[in-house]
Amino acid sequence: MTGLIADFSADREAFSVPWGKAMMWIFLLSDTFVFGCFLIGYMAVRIAAVEPWPPTSEVFALTIAGHSIPLVLIAIMTFILITSSGTMAMAVNYGYQKKRKKAALLMLLTAVLGLTFVGMQAFEWTKLIEDGVRPWENPWGAAQFGAVFFMVTGFHGLHVSIGVIYLTIVALKVLRGHYERKGYEIIEITGLYWHFVDLVWVFIFAFFYLW
Amino acid sequence: MNTSHSDGQQHPISLYLKIWGLLFVLSALSYMVDYMQLEGMLRWSLIVIFMLLKAGLIICIFMHMMWERMALICAILIPPLCLLVFTALMVAESEYTLFTRFTFFS
Repeated sequence: MTGLIADFSADREAFSVPWGKAMMWIFLLSDTFVFGCFLIGYMAVRIAAVEPWPPTSEVFALTIAGHSIPLVLIAIMTFILITSSGTMAMAVNYGYQKKRKKAALLMLLTAVLGLTFVGMQAFEWTKLIEDGVRPWENPWGAAQFGAVFFMVTGFHGLHVSIGVIYLTIVALKVLRGHYERKGYEIIEITGLYWHFVDLVWVFIFAFFYLW
Repeated sequence: MNTSHSDGQQHPISLYLKIWGLLFVLSALSYMVDYMQLEGMLRWSLIVIFMLLKAGLIICIFMHMMWERMALICAILIPPLCLLVFTALMVAESEYTLFTRFTFFS
């Protein structure tokens, strides 16, 4: 607490972190409000819906070897995203140890896992569109379901795609030794963005798919 | 908590691997909630508990918030609490919408 007061009253930089990291945190804070508003909007239309909400457990079930397993694709996507968060955290560590090859390879692995996630999401979208889900109608119940689904998962998928591009660019620069003199804070900053994407998925998984 | 990190956040890889495992277990548990078809309060409370635990682990360990200075922690983690107020407002608003729909459109 005394540290907090000293930091804010010292008439100099309040957060003693690299400026890029402070700005990334502030950007993520604004993004929190974007996703927060999406999820609150989803809550509002779901409470106010007169027709029953489509049963997500059955809507997102996949038939594998003759058995219908509920939410299985979503569960796999969740595990992939968590794994990518783990590899990203390790990349940050190797970056600070100046092992730039290991760090870059782990970042590229993270990007590949992210790409797998987006691919599975594209598969899921295709399947739902074939089932007749549109932003204005669907075969199972409340018409608002489609609009919420496409908006929330679409915006999250966009964040993952941008994250993949961002990770690839930074990883290639790390590999070339671009940050040898500047220091490797950039990997931690990129990591913050990536973990945030994972964090948002935790909330979407709980509120949209499981609720 | 108030130590400064001029040379960045460095923590043992084994810690990340443990948290990774923990997140896997928590995800599996929240998936089981759906798989076992739990209903009602039990379902919702378990979903929210597992969600908050996962979010907390990601923010504290993976995003290193646990080791940041109090000034940064407060600046980032307090503003989103506004969303709780917004949620409360929208619950009241949407229940009113539902009420009017049932009263005048059915």
